[in-house]
Amino acid sequence: MANITLDDPLPVNAQDQGRRQRLQDSFFRSSTLFFALMVLLLLGGVIIALIFGAWPALRTFGFGFLTTEVWNPVTDKFGALAPVYGTIVTSLLAMIIGVPVSFGIAVFITELCPAVLKRPLGIAIELLAGIPSIIYGIWGLFVLAPFLQLTVQPFLIATIGHAPVIGRLFAGPPYGIGVLTASIILAIMVLPFITSITRDVFETVPPMLKESAYGLGATTTEVVWNVVLPYTRVGVIGAVMLGLGRALGETMAVTFVIGNAHQLKASLFAPGNSIASALANEFTEAVGDLYTSSLIALGLILFVITFIVLAFAKLLLMRLERQVKK
Amino acid sequence: MTTAMSEKAQRQPVEMPAQAMPASSEQVALMEKVAIRHLSFFYDQNRALKDISLPLYDKQVTAFIGPSGCGKSTLLRVLNRIYDLYPKQRATGEVLLDGHNILSPKQDLNLLRARIGMVFQKPTPFPMSIYDNVAFGVRLYEKLSQSEMDARVEAALRRAALWTEVKDKLKQSGLSLSGGQQQRLCIARGVAVKPAVLLLDEPCSALDPISTSKVEELIDELKSDYCIVIVTHNMQQAARAADFTAFMYLGELIEYGVTEQIFTNPANEKTQQYITGRFG
Amino acid sequence: MEIYARRRLVNAVSLTVAMAAAVFGLFWLIAILWTLFYNGFSAINLSIFTEMTPPPGNTGGLLNAIFGSVVLTIGATLLSTPIGMLAGTYLAEYGKKGAFAETVRFINDILLSAPSIVVGLFIYEVVVVPMGHFSAWAGVIVLAVIGIPVIVRTTEDMLNLVPNGLREAASALGTPMWKVVTMIAYRAARNGIITGILLAIARVSGETAPLLFTALNNQFWSTDMNAPMASLPVTIFQCPLSPYDDWQHLAWGGALLITITILILNIVARALAALGSSRG
Repeated sequence: MANITLDDPLPVNAQDQGRRQRLQDSFFRSSTLFFALMVLLLLGGVIIALIFGAWPALRTFGFGFLTTEVWNPVTDKFGALAPVYGTIVTSLLAMIIGVPVSFGIAVFITELCPAVLKRPLGIAIELLAGIPSIIYGIWGLFVLAPFLQLTVQPFLIATIGHAPVIGRLFAGPPYGIGVLTASIILAIMVLPFITSITRDVFETVPPMLKESAYGLGATTTEVVWNVVLPYTRVGVIGAVMLGLGRALGETMAVTFVIGNAHQLKASLFAPGNSIASALANEFTEAVGDLYTSSLIALGLILFVITFIVLAFAKLLLMRLERQVKK
Repeated sequence: MTTAMSEKAQRQPVEMPAQAMPASSEQVALMEKVAIRHLSFFYDQNRALKDISLPLYDKQVTAFIGPSGCGKSTLLRVLNRIYDLYPKQRATGEVLLDGHNILSPKQDLNLLRARIGMVFQKPTPFPMSIYDNVAFGVRLYEKLSQSEMDARVEAALRRAALWTEVKDKLKQSGLSLSGGQQQRLCIARGVAVKPAVLLLDEPCSALDPISTSKVEELIDELKSDYCIVIVTHNMQQAARAADFTAFMYLGELIEYGVTEQIFTNPANEKTQQYITGRFG
Repeated sequence: MEIYARRRLVNAVSLTVAMAAAVFGLFWLIAILWTLFYNGFSAINLSIFTEMTPPPGNTGGLLNAIFGSVVLTIGATLLSTPIGMLAGTYLAEYGKKGAFAETVRFINDILLSAPSIVVGLFIYEVVVVPMGHFSAWAGVIVLAVIGIPVIVRTTEDMLNLVPNGLREAASALGTPMWKVVTMIAYRAARNGIITGILLAIARVSGETAPLLFTALNNQFWSTDMNAPMASLPVTIFQCPLSPYDDWQHLAWGGALLITITILILNIVARALAALGSSRG
């Protein structure tokens, strides 16, 4: 066995080693920087590629593209109005239906439910958020649509359908599929997502703050309404906007049930289209440069809308983070 | 000694008056391993160390003591330039290790730190086996055969008084040890690379009294081979373990000398007040 | 007393509403899962794993679709993991709070939630058009682009959790920066980083829309990366649009397979994250 003790001096081929290490360090650092740059380039690439692909359509139709409902592959006349309308309406409806429910669940998890249930419930919500949207889509097509067609829709048509003004929203034959169905599916799909973010946001409230309110004799509702919500106001809005961003871009949940009709009708029961579903349904069969280009133009519009919503959401959430750190 | 005379002693450390020599029976020839000259340190615009000069002797233990915020840890961390990891921290002046100024911008930091070992306040075992923990630093700079490495690891662990406790579980994670054992593992890791200087930053503050006394015994044995510098909050520890002591306050070196003398007959008023617990 | 009674009533009502909302929401989610398992289970039999996707009106299996999904997912993981990890490393270890790093984080989070169908269009323009045809390569690339932001985010978050003391201890031994990151920080954050990769895999394995414009679909068995390749999600997408019961049956079976895979991946990822970096 070698007689190595700790008394021998350190070997000295120092200079070479030092230089080699400096080279390795700068190589490693440059690689990480390069790939970080790539993230930015990806976004830039998406925007440029979309504009490039959409250019023929944009040049041909100009601003009128956004206001025309016509979508005719035969005559090569395309307009984005119906899909854009469909995207916005389904997403907004999904928010109107889904956000209150998400809040309810989030409040339940943070304030009401027994401690034993808290973690499993939270985990369940997050697992649900991971279920791919195509599952919601086929469920919608095979289960929800027939159900709506046979029970809910006829009921609504017979009752509210006869009311003035609002009645127009519920008019028309009960197809089962349509804008309303798509909105409902979208709402259910986006539920776990908004719930888990809202719950995280609610949990940033310092316990001491809530305890001071409870200590004064406030009821749970009053604590939520007067302490939790104002404190997390910015974060909650951010969460909702993130959910909206998701809903706007959602394809599979919507495509099966929205009806794939390039039309803009007042009734929620009518089939319609969203940008994502139009793309999913038509892109691979699109023949002709103008047709393809119009579809890509739709994609560009969708990207711009979601980018704005997501950027806004992100800024709000960043403000919340700064507030929490203080 | 008056303040003026002690300041003079700081500047010419080798020529110290007879009373300042260590009171051991042997006459040890003091060899200056590190010479700190007019060192100032800045956190951004804030001057944390003000014109510090003192010697650190080989095979001796030097302690930095003083109240919180006095700059003792800052001073320690200058010695291996670990502050260089953070922007907005810089040092001026000179620190000579065996005659070479380590503050020079040309100094290779990794090679410097390979020669100066550091043990931190909180034990920091790497997420790997005990064996790999000790071998880590060695593998960076030396190519040893398996048996040579085994011998080196064993020697380091013996040095750290940890060998008998871990020799049967060298493959287990370093994180599976108790706090005191983890700290001794960090010491073993530090001595395995055969450093010239060993820096200990409040090594016992996170440990229980039994582990603390074990580590202090260790320091006493290690000093026969290394220049050891220890920062401590605990005055009694300094009195027990150190040969030389430097008392700092608000970034200045107030007094430096043989430990016994600092504690029994300090020259400076402030030192006296700190020793007797008037503040800090 | 009247005020208090009213407050209590308001409280009771709104809490009931909250609970009702919770039950309502959870009810639908559970209903969906129930339908999925009920219909899917009856569709799962040996033939799913042994036969190819059938032409309309015939029975068959999902073998080529399963194979395709596996190939696309593995390819996407191999491509996205190094890119995502290194970018995340830059953000955590080098860029930190700088302006460039903040910009990258911002853009990364937007890409994280961007509509995947748009990413599909992007890769169509950039890969499929120049190549002249749909291909599995394009599918791999588009899934990788979708997975990268996930890995960047989780890698950065996990590296930020590694205590700085560990990095300092490694630097104090003279470890060069790149080794501090790869041999110490990665190791300490290993479980968390793997969790991130698993979550990215779970995310991309359910993606349908982007594959429509890149890998398309393939009714037959294919190992050619240059040709369109079948995948479970796209096969399911095309099934329900036909009126045939057999196909619908197959669709539920495929949906169940995807869901179980994703659930398992998520659960394993969680379990790993819970283990934390406690093991060496």
